[in-house]
Amino acid sequence: MSERKATVASSSGLHARPAALFAEAAGNAGVEVTIAMDGAPAEDAMDASSILSLMTLGAEHGSTVVLRAEGDGADAALDKLVALLETDLDAV
Amino acid sequence: MQNFPGVGVSPGRIVAPVRQMPRPLADPPAGEKLAPGTTAEDAAEALKAAARTVQEELRRRAAEAAGDAKAVLEATALMATDPMLIKAAVKLINTGTSAERAVWEAAEAVAAMLVSLGGYMAERATDVLDVRARIVAALRGVPAPGIPASATPFILVAEDLAPADTATLDPSVVVALVTAGGGPQSHTAIIARSLGLPAVVAAAGVDRLPDGTEVYVDGAAGTISTEPGEGERAAATAWAANASTLAVFTGRGTTADGHLVPLLANVGGAKDAVKAAAAGAEGVGLLRTEFCFLERETEPSNAEQVEAYRGVFDAFPGRKVVVRTLDAGADKPLPFLTDATEPNPALGVRGYRTDAASPGVLERQLAAIAEAATGSTADVWVMAPMISTAAEAAHFASLCAAAGLKTPGVMVEVPSAAVTAESILREVEFASLGTNDLTQYTMAADRQLGPLAALNNPWQPAVLQLVRLTVAGSAAEGNGKPVGVCGEAAADPALAVVLVGLGVSTLSMSARSLAAVAAVLATVTLKEAREIATLALRATSPGEARERARGKLPILEELGL
Repeated sequence: MSERKATVASSSGLHARPAALFAEAAGNAGVEVTIAMDGAPAEDAMDASSILSLMTLGAEHGSTVVLRAEGDGADAALDKLVALLETDLDAV
Repeated sequence: MQNFPGVGVSPGRIVAPVRQMPRPLADPPAGEKLAPGTTAEDAAEALKAAARTVQEELRRRAAEAAGDAKAVLEATALMATDPMLIKAAVKLINTGTSAERAVWEAAEAVAAMLVSLGGYMAERATDVLDVRARIVAALRGVPAPGIPASATPFILVAEDLAPADTATLDPSVVVALVTAGGGPQSHTAIIARSLGLPAVVAAAGVDRLPDGTEVYVDGAAGTISTEPGEGERAAATAWAANASTLAVFTGRGTTADGHLVPLLANVGGAKDAVKAAAAGAEGVGLLRTEFCFLERETEPSNAEQVEAYRGVFDAFPGRKVVVRTLDAGADKPLPFLTDATEPNPALGVRGYRTDAASPGVLERQLAAIAEAATGSTADVWVMAPMISTAAEAAHFASLCAAAGLKTPGVMVEVPSAAVTAESILREVEFASLGTNDLTQYTMAADRQLGPLAALNNPWQPAVLQLVRLTVAGSAAEGNGKPVGVCGEAAADPALAVVLVGLGVSTLSMSARSLAAVAAVLATVTLKEAREIATLALRATSPGEARERARGKLPILEELGL
């Protein structure tokens, strides 16, 4: 199990367009990626490719989230997704 | 050739093919099981295929859209195949629930979760429910709900249209609105006038026209006919040429002999106000303040309200802006103010009446209006909706005085206010006739009901009599306190002449109607307007009143109004 922490950089938080872009990227990651708020139990983590899960997560600008994945390519996939989270997607 | 007579609610003549608005989707019944012979696996596959179809359709529309609409469509497209939604639905399918019902319930749960988060997330709940309806339509093999997508212009035909249906209406594609139901004050009528689209309502039978049928619509005469001939095509072309002259208002409402009738705009916020000012409106005759409050769980803060009102005042420096205090209740419920369980909300605690049930909201709104007025050069007047008695008028005036607002007034919508206008006007500085509600209450006919469209007509002689009584009440009061009209009646050029003839001093309407009303008003003297008003008052039916007035106004036929 690989794990990364990331701070949400988008000014509107992980809603709307940033959530759509992130969910799409997570869906194309090739491995199953979960997302949870930092400090939340791992079993409460949600499917990162689900825009509806991301929206109900309630991650705001500056929130720290934990991404987890398993299997081949998990590390590379997580690195990419962390980079995406730490970009202000509202400004793209 | 087939003719469909209806009620014309927004002028314009046009020839185009029709498209039917799909019928609202029926809920899959609770407890609906998998059809015999369908396995859970089949159903799950069908659901996934339907979800992908919906996603593709939404992506296609996103590709054609721009800006915010594009972003919303892209996010909505992702929701269609969302793993959380599909997994929850498949779980239900595996317990024997039908695919339609499963996705219905799964989306319901997601939407409820979003609503509980409030704010932006709560707004997205609508998108989830839209996706759900589209998936169920795809599973059933019926057209998706909502305005049909089309690259070519068409006339939208529906049983009736709700605000949610028209939110995405693109006036470059939808060129006219025709409904089988609805009345002259229905949402369809209001949206058509604000977009400048020809519209006919209450035209029974039009909802059975096949898609693609070419029809001629005359939004002034209130008629629809199939197989348009040369005459109809020529009329449509002439209208298109006239429309450009009818789009320009010089900014001064007057009769032929120079009697000034300020033509004001009805607006619902700063954006509207800026547009109305650009259209030449001489001020605002009705600022609906509900825009600040609707779809909110709690009362907006003082700062939010001040900013919203100031945006409107700033669009009309040195001009009159009449603010209507919050008109909640009936068709505009507010969770923190109105009781949704009333058996008869149109006759319930609405408008000014909410102040007694929930004191404080009105006082805080008046304080915010006063604060916004300070530091603006607009001449701010304030009026309360749904005033029925002189005592209510006096109480409202005292609240305005306490807030430092100098020009309190009342809406005259309840027949009792028209009948006792003299004593009411002793308490306040002006009155404004809200003809939509005044008609509904005078005729005891629900504004939203198509079958009552004939009763619900501001040309009803009884309604005209109440306008006359209100003006007479002002004359008896003796201080020349103005009586204006801010209902949709003011936007009908022929009725506008009648109202002026009855002694109404200002007319307020959607900005789109200003030019047409000004053009017609400028062709009659005040004396002629009075004669036309007398003719209309003596009619025994709304049809006769309208025909009598129109008969004296040849300009209407000339302009196609």
